[in-house]
Formats: sequence, structure tokens, C-alpha cells
Amino acid sequence: MRTLRTRLAPTWAVASIPVYSIVLAFAVAAIVIIVSSAFTASGFDPLLPFAAYGRLLAGSFLSGNAIANTLVSAAPLMFGGLAVGLGLKAGLFNIGVAGQFLVGAFAAAVTGASLASAPTLVAMPLAMLAGAAGGAAYGFIPGYLKARTGAHEVVTTIMLNSAAVLLLTWAVNDLVRAPGFTFPRTGEIGHSALPVLLGRNLHLGIVFAVVTIFVIRWILNRTTLGFEIRTVGTNPNAARYAGMRPVLITALTMTISGLLAGLAGAIQMLGVIGFYAPGITASVGFDSIAVALLGRSDPIGILFAAILFGAFRAGAPLMQIETSVPVEVIDIIQALVILFLAADLIVRRVFRVRAPKVEIVEMATVTGSWGGTPPTSSAG
Amino acid sequence: MGWHATHELGRLMDLLAIPRLIWELGVYLFEVIPDLLPIILALATPLALGALCGVLNERSGVVNIGIEGIMLTAAFSGYLTGFVLHETLGTTLAVTFGIGVAVLTGAALGLLHAWLTVTVRADQIIAGTMMNIAAFGVTGYLNRLIITPSGRGGAGVIPPFHLPDQIAGLPLLGPILAMFLDQGPIAMSVIVLVLVSQFALFRTRWGLRTRAVGEHPKAADTVGIDVFRQRYINVIIGCALAGLAGAYLTLESTGSFQNGMTGGRGFIALAAVIFGRWTPLGSFLGALLFGTATAFGIIVDVRPAAGDLGTLMRSIPSFWYAALPYLITVVILAGVVGRSTPPAADGVPYAKEGKG
Repeated sequence: MRTLRTRLAPTWAVASIPVYSIVLAFAVAAIVIIVSSAFTASGFDPLLPFAAYGRLLAGSFLSGNAIANTLVSAAPLMFGGLAVGLGLKAGLFNIGVAGQFLVGAFAAAVTGASLASAPTLVAMPLAMLAGAAGGAAYGFIPGYLKARTGAHEVVTTIMLNSAAVLLLTWAVNDLVRAPGFTFPRTGEIGHSALPVLLGRNLHLGIVFAVVTIFVIRWILNRTTLGFEIRTVGTNPNAARYAGMRPVLITALTMTISGLLAGLAGAIQMLGVIGFYAPGITASVGFDSIAVALLGRSDPIGILFAAILFGAFRAGAPLMQIETSVPVEVIDIIQALVILFLAADLIVRRVFRVRAPKVEIVEMATVTGSWGGTPPTSSAG
Repeated sequence: MGWHATHELGRLMDLLAIPRLIWELGVYLFEVIPDLLPIILALATPLALGALCGVLNERSGVVNIGIEGIMLTAAFSGYLTGFVLHETLGTTLAVTFGIGVAVLTGAALGLLHAWLTVTVRADQIIAGTMMNIAAFGVTGYLNRLIITPSGRGGAGVIPPFHLPDQIAGLPLLGPILAMFLDQGPIAMSVIVLVLVSQFALFRTRWGLRTRAVGEHPKAADTVGIDVFRQRYINVIIGCALAGLAGAYLTLESTGSFQNGMTGGRGFIALAAVIFGRWTPLGSFLGALLFGTATAFGIIVDVRPAAGDLGTLMRSIPSFWYAALPYLITVVILAGVVGRSTPPAADGVPYAKEGKG
């Protein structure tokens, strides 16, 4: 028993603040639900949070279907969380996951549709590759601009998100619109779809996502590239003096980050949506940020955080239907989790946790490169 | 020989085609811009106010990427106020109250951002991101809970002021006067706020202190300036202006609220800040530039150019025009940012010695 405790202690030291943050976020969101219930037709209901959270749990974990839905929603978040987390490791804040996700989804949809009648073993991997390449290309642009000119990736990626929505809408309308549908969309993906492994919708993409978690973990902890990414993130100057090239690493990290986001789009497209139409939602973008922060940019942490947020997305519709608490409460909980992580002072006060020995390094390094200071020179 | 001559002529025409198109574009812009000026200022208003927020924040050393979220929350709270009050108080009073509530909402969120970034010393970009996600969630939540089920209409808007035709018709002066006066009250106030901020930042004691705190907080602290207090004041005032930008969107421009209606304006405002090199006047010009890019996309459909230029412009799909402001922002950031320097302590939390 004692050995178990000593073995779990380091894990708890890292996980305690995120876990407490989630608890606190749920508590504060419960207050929001109670207070806002007074303004609805059904009237003030102090027990509403219990009903709502109960439905949320039922819709995400309490049946085989629910668990499958949770995993299906979690898979793109694993890729997206890795995309954001990898960037954070290098001191880059990729808010462009939403755009890279859309470009990846679009590329996978178009490739998938054109290979619809080819055998799955050929069509599906090629469509996945197309998604990865699309996302990587769209991640390369802000990475290159950041590395060459110092244009901050936070603003450029968000602009590229908006541009992606508009330009892909145009592309579906004018370039690749499939005939025979009443609205603009791409064609059927046929054999390019990810095979369903179990039940109604548990597709192969989930396996890909979990494998990728461990691949990225291996790259970060066991390869030269991973070491360089982490060094550039913690101290670009030291990295430069050690003979690394922060400019190259910056561009490369954003490209890999975009690639992961593109894969998120690809598995969502080939496993769930099936065709690209204007207005497909990319809540994956903001969710991925929350996942990466909650997982502390660590691949294993991201795995658990993605499952948690996947559960939110899977259970929220049931909650809204049966208790009429709007699904947006999920966004509120996410924002609160990030708030408590960023201001862990609050959490430590409430739960009386001592200041952690393990600092969340990633969180302190993001703002450093604001406003045009190129990653090669010191910030501030 | 005949073939040769025609061929030569064809090449000459190709060579001249691009300069001619540019010339035609210039003439076209010269023709349409005077009529566009009021629209440009209207489109630039939320950007300019957001950019003012960015300038005031960053000059004191606090990065605020939550402008988007603050705008959205204020847009909603102002709208909600107008929505609730406009049947009892009438449109004018309700909208006035709404604007007041929006500004207060901005200030309150500014207080939160200041507390997070100055007192708690949380990462400023993550605090801003939190603000954006929270804004999207809270406004979407309340919109679905309160406004959608009621099925009622909007909060109403104050009708914009119209310049008499005799004045607007004056050559040269007319269009410029129309630009600033053919507006609702918030858009009209923008130029005043920009000029006041410019003066305050560079000609007053408060401005000097702000800049000192943003460039070298330790030196400022040594000479007795309260760094924390100065940053708090700047962030709160700035965010109140972002709240005004939100009020503009719901209570002056559209009279309605949609989820996520800020549509990236808060981020374009940040680009305008960098474009204007952290000065109110410069960032206002940046906002006008983005307003012009957006207005251009609108006018192309409404009043297309004649001749080859018109054919060319019509051949470009409207989605590209809509994407233009975003693409221009990226290009400007990539092109201008390398040569502009932010305040030295921008984004760096200040800790008194011994308290680090």
C-alpha cells in the first residue's frame, strides 16, 4: 500500500491542479445553471445541475453506445490536443487548429470522393495522407511567417481560420461541388471511409489517434527533434548557442502541428461526417486548446483530457434535450477549467494545495514572443 | 509579314494590359471611395475601438488577446439590456442604457483580465484565450436560454444622423464631413476618442506613466509610479472601449445578436495595433485600411467597374473579397511587424523584488 502511494505521488503532483480545476469548474458552472434557471419558463430550480450533469454522464459513459460516442468525439480532440500541445512545447500557440482541421477535412473529403470506388486499403490511406498534407501546408504558412518575419502566430492563425472558412466555402461552391445534391457539398467518399470496428460508429480513427499519442510522446522524449523542440520552447537563446536553429524548428513545429490538426479533420471526415459542406463546425479548434492546456501538453495528459472533453461533446446533446440546459455550458466549463489552470492560485487557495514543485513551464513561455520579437532573440 | 505585325501588336497589348488595369483600378477607386467613406468608417468603428483597447493595454505592458471575447460579451449584455427595456422606456433610452451596460461589462472584464495578468501573473495569452472561449460560451448559453425562446425582435437602434445634402454635396469637404458625421453616435465618437487617446498617451502625465510602466516597469517603480495601479487603470479603460465596440455591433450597426457575431474583429483590431505601431492614430489608420478592404468587397457587387477591369473583378468570386481583410491582415503582420517594436515590457508580468 505504501509503495503504491509513493509510486502515485509524482503523478498526483502533476495531475492534482488539473483535477481540482475540473472539480471547481463544474461547481462554478452549477451556480451558473442554477442562477440562469430563474430566467427560464420552467423557473428557479436549485437541483437542475444534478439533473444536467446526470444526463451528461448518461450520454457519455453509461451505455455501450454512449462510450462509443465519447471515444468518437475524443479521437479528433486527441489529434487536435497534440497539435496545440506540441506547439506549446516549442513556445508556439497554435490557435489555428480550427482552420487546419477544415483544410485537412476538405482535402480528405475531395481525395476520398475521387477514390470512392478504389479498394479501401488504397483509398483510405491516401485520403488520410491528403488530409495530413493539407493541414501541414496550412500550418506551414504561419510557421514560416513567424520564423521569417516574426508575425505572431496567434493573430495569423486566427486570420487564416476565417480565411479557410470563406475560401473552402468558395471551393465547394465553385470547384468541387458534387452534382445531384440540392446543396453544395463534395461527393460520397465510398470506400475511402474509415472502417467501423465495433457497433454503429466506433471507427478505426480512434486507434490511429491513440497510436499517434504514443508516437508523439516518443518523438518528444526520445528523439533529437523532440529535444530541440523542447529546448527552443524553454530557451531559444540557449538553443541557438547549442547550435540548434530555432527558426527552422519554429517553422517545422508549426508544420507538424498543422499536420496533426489536418489528421483530426481527416478522421472526422472519413469516420463521421462523410462529405464536406459549408458550415461544418470546427468546435474541435477551441476544444483542442482546452485539451492541451488541461493535459499540460503531455501526450498522456492529452489522452485523458481528450476523453473528458469528448465525453462533454458526446453527452451535451442529451443534456440539452432532457433538461434544456444549453449545450454552450460545455464552453463555459472549458473556459473555467482554463481559468483555474492559468490562475492556479485560486485552486491552491480553495483546496489548500501547496505551490507545486513542477511548474507548468509551457504556460509561461507563450506570451514571450508577442508583438514581433523573432524567436531567435530574447523576449522582454 | 502581316502575321508578324499582328503578333507584335498582340504582345504590346499584353504588356500594357497590367498597367492599364492598375490605372483603371485607380480611377475606379477614385470614383467610388468618396461615396464609400461613411461605410468605411462604420466598418472600421469596432476595429478602431478594439485597437484603442489594444494600444492602451499593451502600452502599459499587458497583452490582451481577449478583446474579441470582451467585445462579444459586451455586445450581448448591451443587447440584452436594450431588449429588456425597449418596450417600457422606448428605443432611445433603452439603447442608451444598453450602451452604458456594454461599457460597464467591458470594464468589468478588464478588471478580471487585469487581476489575472497583473496580480495573479497568469500567462496573458492564455488568460485572453480563456476570455474568448468563456465569451462564446456565456453569450451562446444566455442567448439560447433567454432571447431565442422569447421569439421577440431586436433591441432597436438609434437612427443615424444624416448630413443635409447641401453640405454632403460640397466638393472634397463634403465626403469627408459625411464620413465622420453621417453616422450613429458611437461611430461619430470614434475620431474624438482616438484623438483624445493620442493626446493623453503622448502629452499628459498619465500617458508618460503608462509608457514608462510598459517600457521599463522597474525604473518606473523606482521613481514611485505604482506599476500595478497604472496597469489596472489602463486595462480597465481599454476594455471599456472594447465594450463600446461591442455595443456598436448590436445597438448601432445591426440591432440584433447572433452567436459569435464579432467574427474575428477583435483579432483584426490587434493586427491594427501592430500596424499602427502601438499608437492610437496609427492603429486608427490600420482600422480604416481594413474597413476599406471590406467595403471594397461590398461595392464590387453593388457598383461594378466598367470595361476589362469590371470583367476581371466580376470573375473573382465574392468569397475571395470576403476573405480579403483577413488575408491583408496576415500580409501586413508579415510585412510590417519585423520593422515595428512593441513596448519593451509588453506581455511580461511585473513582480516586485523579493516577491518573485
